[in-house]
Amino acid sequence: MLRFLLRRLLSGVLVLWLISVFTFGLFFVAPTDVPRLICGRLCTQVQIDLITKQLGLDQPILVQYWHFLERLFHGDLGYSYYNSESVNTLIASALPVTISLAIGAAVLWLVGGVSIGVVSAVKPRSFLDRSGTILALIGLSMPSFLIGILLLYFLFFLLTTHGMAWFPPSGYVSISSDPLEWAHHLVLPWCALAFITAATYIRLTRNQMLEVLGEDYIRTAKSKGIARRRVTVRHALRAALTPVVTQFGIDLATLLGGAIVTEQIFGLPGLGRLAVTSVIRQDQPVVIATVLLAAVFIVLANIVVDLLYAVLDPRVRLT
Amino acid sequence: MSADMTADSGAGPADTVDAARSTAPAGGGTSAAEPSSGAIEGRSPWQLAWLLLRRDKAAMISLGFIVFISLVAALAPLLAHLIGYGPTDQDRTNGITVDGLPVGPSSAHWFGTDNLGRDILVRVIYGTQVSLLVGVASTLLAVAMGVLVGLAAGYFGSVVDTVLSRAMDVVLSFPFLLFAIALVSIYGSGLGISVFVIAFFTWAAVGRIVRGQTLSIREKEYIEAARSLGAGDLRIMFVDVLPNLLAPVIVYTTLLIPIAIVFEATLSFLGLGVVPPTPTWGNMLSDSQDFYQVAWWFPFFPGLALLLTTLAFNLLGDGVRDALDPRAGRLFQD
Amino acid sequence: MSDDTRANESGEALIEVRAAVKHFPIKQGVIVKREVGRVHAVEGVSLAVRRGETLGLVGETGCGKSTLARCVTRLHQLTSGQILFEGQDITGLSRSQVRPYRRRMQMIFQDPYGSLNPRRRVGSIIGDPFAIHGEGERDERKPKVQELMELVGLNPEHYNRFPAEFSGGQRQRIGVARALALKPSLIVADEPVSALDVSIQAQIINLLDDLQQEFGLTYLFISHDLSVVRHVSDRIAVMYLGQVVELADSEELHGRPRHPYTNALLSAASVADPDQAAARQRIVLTGDVPSPVAPPSGCRFHPRCPKAQQICVEQVPALKARSGDPDTHLTACHFPVEPGEDLTRVTATIPEEERAE
Repeated sequence: MLRFLLRRLLSGVLVLWLISVFTFGLFFVAPTDVPRLICGRLCTQVQIDLITKQLGLDQPILVQYWHFLERLFHGDLGYSYYNSESVNTLIASALPVTISLAIGAAVLWLVGGVSIGVVSAVKPRSFLDRSGTILALIGLSMPSFLIGILLLYFLFFLLTTHGMAWFPPSGYVSISSDPLEWAHHLVLPWCALAFITAATYIRLTRNQMLEVLGEDYIRTAKSKGIARRRVTVRHALRAALTPVVTQFGIDLATLLGGAIVTEQIFGLPGLGRLAVTSVIRQDQPVVIATVLLAAVFIVLANIVVDLLYAVLDPRVRLT
Repeated sequence: MSADMTADSGAGPADTVDAARSTAPAGGGTSAAEPSSGAIEGRSPWQLAWLLLRRDKAAMISLGFIVFISLVAALAPLLAHLIGYGPTDQDRTNGITVDGLPVGPSSAHWFGTDNLGRDILVRVIYGTQVSLLVGVASTLLAVAMGVLVGLAAGYFGSVVDTVLSRAMDVVLSFPFLLFAIALVSIYGSGLGISVFVIAFFTWAAVGRIVRGQTLSIREKEYIEAARSLGAGDLRIMFVDVLPNLLAPVIVYTTLLIPIAIVFEATLSFLGLGVVPPTPTWGNMLSDSQDFYQVAWWFPFFPGLALLLTTLAFNLLGDGVRDALDPRAGRLFQD
Repeated sequence: MSDDTRANESGEALIEVRAAVKHFPIKQGVIVKREVGRVHAVEGVSLAVRRGETLGLVGETGCGKSTLARCVTRLHQLTSGQILFEGQDITGLSRSQVRPYRRRMQMIFQDPYGSLNPRRRVGSIIGDPFAIHGEGERDERKPKVQELMELVGLNPEHYNRFPAEFSGGQRQRIGVARALALKPSLIVADEPVSALDVSIQAQIINLLDDLQQEFGLTYLFISHDLSVVRHVSDRIAVMYLGQVVELADSEELHGRPRHPYTNALLSAASVADPDQAAARQRIVLTGDVPSPVAPPSGCRFHPRCPKAQQICVEQVPALKARSGDPDTHLTACHFPVEPGEDLTRVTATIPEEERAE
């Protein structure tokens, strides 16, 4: 167990390191004139030279990368080229938004997806099953920005024009200042994210459940006279949930790295939004930080998922 | 241990052997255990799969729709000519209100116009070109790369596998969309880079599946048989292993195309895809964001086209999977 | 197998294995893999297969006979020892150097389902050897392949079928046709019939017999079933835990088995003649086959041997002709079984901890 954890952590660090090299290299060879970008078109050559020196851009790439790593180990992600703000501060302010968005949506899609999947599997070919299948298919095919636009049109615009201004179109209120407003502002984005993500869970749960329900030990349980509900929940669902857990870990981690499109559409100042604006401003320190942070989430999730897998499924041995 | 050894075959093989001596064609007089399988001549697994697929109504309708939009894409200039507007033509007389707003569907513009007075129908038709082109091209590129890498990793094992698997891990750990956006912002947007970026972030998933399959195929006795005949690695990989990978690869390809199409649309939507004024469904939807409140048709038609297309590919992909591997399919559906 | 092949008894060796050793390392480790143990699959086997004969190789599952076969055909690399094909040392040859020899020695595999690629047509499977060795153009191959199909008793019209459309016996015929394509001298048959029904087994064995006479083939025939091997072989080698424990002419081995293990195998095999069967006592061995990761010291059979004594624990018995045996009958045993000796009545005199429970 410990050995497994150690190996996974080591390989995780290796993956992260490769990503940092890749990202750094990508920006280094990029044809961007950073100093010019920072001080604008009217800069004198002297000023440009000064900035170049300050940022260490005149040094060879390995030295620059070394400085970057050095700062990284001290927990310092550098400063924005655009407004000289500390990247740590920028991320600290964006992270709660993204976490709020991701957690809320995750609860919705997990509960929704799994329960629809279970109902579908228990009564295959029923009306509910067919509706669930179609819903899943649409969710799977739906681009996230399209569902965003649809929700905005129907739940914000149409309702508002008919005098029912139930949902705000955009913005974020922190949970500490007003928990009710926090949820109020996040309902639409939650729904948008949950709808497209739940599709995978409906399918996964349904297929897994059907497979498990067909297995011998479930039939044995049924023939022993254990109540149907108990068989479904205690025996089948537990076994079926293992791959769902895997999927959930990866999806949640990906979202924590920033729900780019959803944050964009609903005007939420989260990590995704931060990343996109910095990309457009060519604000490299911020971009590198967001990319790395997102990768950290994914790598960590992979490890956690593997561990959970072993807990849920006793057949899995960690070696 | 004795169980192994008592397998009865010593019961006078000499008698039965001569009776069954068979240099005659099989089925011509051998025992019942070797029946001659008569009339059906060499129906391949693919033909069987196609027969199954043809019974799947949803998949066949989807296939019809995909053929239809492919034709639309191919004939886009002709269709535009018939309709009477080019994809970037601005109709200043009928296509825009005095307030500068889009005009709704009418006999002049069946799908209405956008905020610049351009015909939405023609633009949706042209958007089909980009979506299909990027979707199919990037998927093919990704699948080719994934198959090559996965095959090499699974077949050669050891160091090759370690390096390639790690590479796939790295790609899969990249924050996908974010990195794509970063790439595009640095190296500029356009059709080519979209294809490349999408392929770059999807090949690893294919590679992983192919690697896993290859690992299990590699242990099969027919691979050993090929090796004992003196076949080289390349021959074994492409003649013996690859045909056994085609089923999952084909399924994955069909399911990857809609993902690539959505990805392209998302890039376009964020203003990082194909450069305007070339119409794509994504940039049309992006343009419509400020107008959906007054012109529902502006986001509606490109959105519908996008949704139907991805839906069709997903349905077809499901059908193909069920046909190729009935066990993995939707278990109780007919 | 037949009288004309028996005439070749003293013929020269087509393939010879000298002191062959094959170990499979067992690896473990977090980052750097360390070797933590070895499977001693083949441990010092020397054998020669003479031109035109059938040498049977018998032993329980896991005794290393399949590994030995794969070493002979160079699918595995020997850990040490030599393999000589017509006197040429082919042990250290690279893959490209060994290619010409591959034409001369072919394999028939155990599993008629696993050894044929399910996604390829039968015609192309049988034509594989031609394609690999660049023999003939694509269109020239078809008649050749169909000729082969006819030869092994398949309908040549089934050229375009897939393996799934054939029965187990027919599939094994496909495997035989493929092995025969390049007119090899040696065919290594690794349990060619053990996956088949008994009635089909006889057909395949007979086919192999016919082909041997027609083309003067040499067989290395591997099986766990002594009665199958007896029927086809001129000589038989019995393997136990990676070593040959007895080697003799087929009839000699059956008539006068010297090694206690061979005796046990023979008593377990079924006998066609009921009188003989009734007369024979079954020798039941104690315990399981020991792990080839840590094989026993001395004679590897000692933990299960009813005749084992202290020397068996300490010394490895040589494989040589024992007193009273012809030169061609070799046994690796300190205390060979005498004709008429009843093995069920003797007990080993080795310490308890050396014995298998």
